[in-house]
Amino acid sequence: MDVLDVARWQFGITTVYHFMMVPLTIGLGILLVVMHTMWVRTDNPEWLRMTRFWGRIYLINFVLGVATGLVQEFQFGLAWSEYSRFVGDVFGSLLALEALLAFFLESTFLGLWIFGWGRIPKKVHLAALWAAVIGSIVSAYFIIAANSWMQHPVGVVTDDATGRPQQVDFLAVLSNNTALAAFSHTIVGSLMVAAALLVGIGLWHLRKRRLAGLSPDDVDHAVWRRSVRIGGYASLIAFVLVAITGDYQAKLMYQQQPLKMSSAEALCETEAPAPFSVFAFGKVGSNECDDVHSWTVPALLSYLAHGDFETAVPGVNQLQEEYSAAYGATYPDDPSFGDKAGEPIDYTPLLAVTYWNFRLMIGMGMLSAGVAAYALWSTRRGRVPTSRIGVYGSLLAVGAPFVANAAGWIFTEMGRQPFVVYPNPDVPREDQVYFFTAQAVSPGVSAAEVWTSLITLTVVYGALAVVELWLIVNFVRRGVTTSDGAPTPGHTPDGDPDADVTPGSASTRRADDDDVLSFAY
Amino acid sequence: MDLQTVWFVAVAVLWTGFLLLEGFDFGVAALLPVIGRKPADRHLMLRSIGPLWDGNEVWLITAAGAVFAAFPGWYATWLPALYLPFVLVLFGLIIRAVAFEWRHSHHTAQWDSTWTNVIVTGSLIAALGVGAALGGTTLGLPIDGDGIRVGGAFAGVTWAALLGGVAVLAYSMVHGAVFLALKTEGPVRVAARAFARRWSLVAAVPLLAWAGLVQLRSGTTVTAVLWLVAALAVLATWASIRLDREGPAFTAWAVVMLASAATVFGAVYPVVVVSSIDPAFDVTIAEASVSDYTLTVMTWAAGVGLPVVLGYQAWTYWVFRKRLTAEPETPATAAGDTVTA
Repeated sequence: MDVLDVARWQFGITTVYHFMMVPLTIGLGILLVVMHTMWVRTDNPEWLRMTRFWGRIYLINFVLGVATGLVQEFQFGLAWSEYSRFVGDVFGSLLALEALLAFFLESTFLGLWIFGWGRIPKKVHLAALWAAVIGSIVSAYFIIAANSWMQHPVGVVTDDATGRPQQVDFLAVLSNNTALAAFSHTIVGSLMVAAALLVGIGLWHLRKRRLAGLSPDDVDHAVWRRSVRIGGYASLIAFVLVAITGDYQAKLMYQQQPLKMSSAEALCETEAPAPFSVFAFGKVGSNECDDVHSWTVPALLSYLAHGDFETAVPGVNQLQEEYSAAYGATYPDDPSFGDKAGEPIDYTPLLAVTYWNFRLMIGMGMLSAGVAAYALWSTRRGRVPTSRIGVYGSLLAVGAPFVANAAGWIFTEMGRQPFVVYPNPDVPREDQVYFFTAQAVSPGVSAAEVWTSLITLTVVYGALAVVELWLIVNFVRRGVTTSDGAPTPGHTPDGDPDADVTPGSASTRRADDDDVLSFAY
Repeated sequence: MDLQTVWFVAVAVLWTGFLLLEGFDFGVAALLPVIGRKPADRHLMLRSIGPLWDGNEVWLITAAGAVFAAFPGWYATWLPALYLPFVLVLFGLIIRAVAFEWRHSHHTAQWDSTWTNVIVTGSLIAALGVGAALGGTTLGLPIDGDGIRVGGAFAGVTWAALLGGVAVLAYSMVHGAVFLALKTEGPVRVAARAFARRWSLVAAVPLLAWAGLVQLRSGTTVTAVLWLVAALAVLATWASIRLDREGPAFTAWAVVMLASAATVFGAVYPVVVVSSIDPAFDVTIAEASVSDYTLTVMTWAAGVGLPVVLGYQAWTYWVFRKRLTAEPETPATAAGDTVTA
C-alpha cells in the first residue's frame, strides 16, 4: 500500500473509533440533562441516583472521546497537509471556532459539574451540566458544518492566483443545507445510542432483581424501571426523527451527490420510475454495477429521491460517463497525484461498501426501535420481563445503534470518493471547487511513518477499548447501590437512598470516596 | 496592525496561555514521583489539578486550531515535518487524559499506581513533545523551498527541538511546584516549596537559552528588553521562594513564561516556520495566511467568544480557589463552602 492508502485506513479507523464515543456523549448528555433537571425540580432521590449512575458512564466514555478527538484535529495537518492547504480558508476556521466556542464550554463546565457536587449552589451546578451538554451539541454543529462543506462546498469562489477556494460568505458555510440535514440526523441518531443503553442495562437489572426476589418497591427498582421507560420512549421518538431527517438528507443527496445514492441502490441504468433495491445478490463486490441484481420494489426509489412515483433517477453507468466528461477520464499527469498520476478515475464509489452500509444503517436503526418497543411493552403497567431471550437480546442490541451510526458515516464518507471535496452541482462548472483524495495526502511523509502511526494508534485504541468496556461492564454490574447514590454534603435529598450500603462494600473501601470528589475522582 | 499580524499575536497568545495553564498541570503530574511520597499525597496533588486540566488542554486544541484557521501554510508545513514526534505527543495526551478519569473508576492499589504512572509518563511525553515542536518551528526545521521536510522521519528532531522540549518540561516542573505550594497544605506544600527553592534558577536556563537563541538570530531591541524581563523575573521568583512568599513567586514565574514566549514570538515574527537549510525557505505569515475575509470573520468570532471563555474559566478557578488538604473533608466544612460560594 502507498502513503495514500495507509493514510486513508488511518483516517477511517481513527474516525470510526472516535465516533463510537461521540454519539454516546451527545445522546447520554441530553438524557442526563433531563435526569438532573428532574432531580433539582422534584428532589426525588430516584432522579439523583439515575443522574449519578448514568453520569458515571457518561464520564468514563466522555474522556475517551476527548482523547481520541485530539488525533482527529492533528491528523489533518499530519497526514493530509495538501488537503489542509487547499481548504485552509474555510475548514480551519470551523475547527478553531469549534474549539473556542464549544470545547471550552464543554470541558470547563464538565469539570465544574464533576467537582461541583456540594460545592456550588444546586441550580448553578445544574446549569454547569446544561452548559457542558450544549457545548457538545455546538461542537457537533461546527464539525458537521466542516464535513458538509467537503460534501457540498458553498460560500466560496476560486482564487485565481492559487486555484484554491476563497471564502466569500461565512454565513452560507454555516447555513449549508447539507450541514443542517446531517446535523439533525446525527443528533437524533446519537439519542438512539444512549436510549438503547438505558433500555438494555435497565431491563437486565430489572430481570436480575426479580430473579433474586428483590422488592419492586425500593428506589433501585424505580431507577431501572424509569431508565427503561425513558430510554424506550426516547428511542422511538428519535427513530421517527431519524427517519424524517434521513429522508430529507437522501433527497438532498440525490441532488448533490447522485452517484453516492445510486450506488447505494445499485441502480445501474437510469430508470423512470426507478425501483428500490431491498436486497442485492450477484457480484456486489466486483464494483461492476451490471453484475449486481436485486429484489426490488417498483417506483419506490423515485418516491424516496423526488417525492413522486414517476421521475427518473439517474443510474451509475450514466453518471459515471457524465462525471468523466466533466472532470476528466484520467488523473492529471502531475506529481501531486502520486501513484495515481495519469491513471483512470473511477467516479463510482465502492458499490459493496455504499450498498451494504446503507442497509446496515437502516436495518440496525429499525432493530433498535423494535427493541425499544419490546421494552416498553414488556414493562407496561409495572411489569418486569422474565424472558431470557428478550432481556439478553435487548442488552446485545445496545450495539445496534452504534453500528448504525458507524455505517452511516462510512457510507457517506466512502460514498463521496474519489473526491475529498465534492464538486457542488449548483455552481457553474467553471466556478466549481473540488479536490481529489489522491491529491490530499502529505507529500513529505513516508509510508513507513504513516504505517508506524497507524499501528501505534490502532494498538492503543484497541487497548483503551478493552479497558473502557471492562470499566463500564464492571460498573454496570455493580449497579446503583454504591456510593453513586450517596447523598452529597449540602445536597441531602429527601429519603435515604443509601440505606442498603453495608460497611466494607465498594462505597466505603476508600475513605476519600466520601468527599465531594467521590463522584468521579 | 494588519490582520495577519493580529492573528500571529493571537496564535502566540494561545500557545503562551497553553504553556502557562497546562504547564502547571504537566508539572504537577511530573512531580508525582518526586514529591508525592504517599498515596494520600499523590491523590492530593491530582485533586489540585483535577477540575482544571481538561479546560487547560483546550488551550492546546484552540492554539492548534487557530494555526490551522489563520495560517494553514504553517499547519501544513510544521506538522508533517515532525510527523512521528507529533504522533508521540498525541499518544502522551491520550493516555494522560484517560488515566485522569479512569484512575478513579476502580479501586485497588495496583490500579491506582498503574494509572498514576500513566499520568506521569503521558505528561512527560506531552510536555517534552509540545516544547520540541515549538522549539523546532521557531529555531529551525529542515524544510526545503516547498515546505517539505528533507532527511527522513527524524530529521526534525534537532538539538533546537530538544532544547524546546527540555525548556518546557523544566519550566513546567517548577511551575507545578509553585502551584502546589500555593494550592495545598501539609507535607506536599513543604516538599513543593523545597523543590521550587532548589530548582527554580536551573529550570529557567533552557527556556532563557531558547529565547536567547531566537533573539540572537532575529531579535529587536524590544525583544531584547523582554528577554531581560524574563531573566529578572527568574531572580524575582527565586527571591520570593526564599522568603516563602508563594503568591509573588507564582506571579513572577508566570512572568518568566510570558516574557520568554513574547521574546520568542516577537523575535521570530513574521516567520512562522524557520528553515534550518536556508533562510530563503522560511515560511512567513504572508505566505501561510488565509484571506483577509476569513481573518475578519474569525476576528469577530474571537473578539466576542474569547472574553466570555476567559470569564468563565477565571470563574472556575475562583470556585476551586480553596487550599486542599490530604484529610478527607467533613460534611460540615463542605456544606459551609456551599454557603460561601
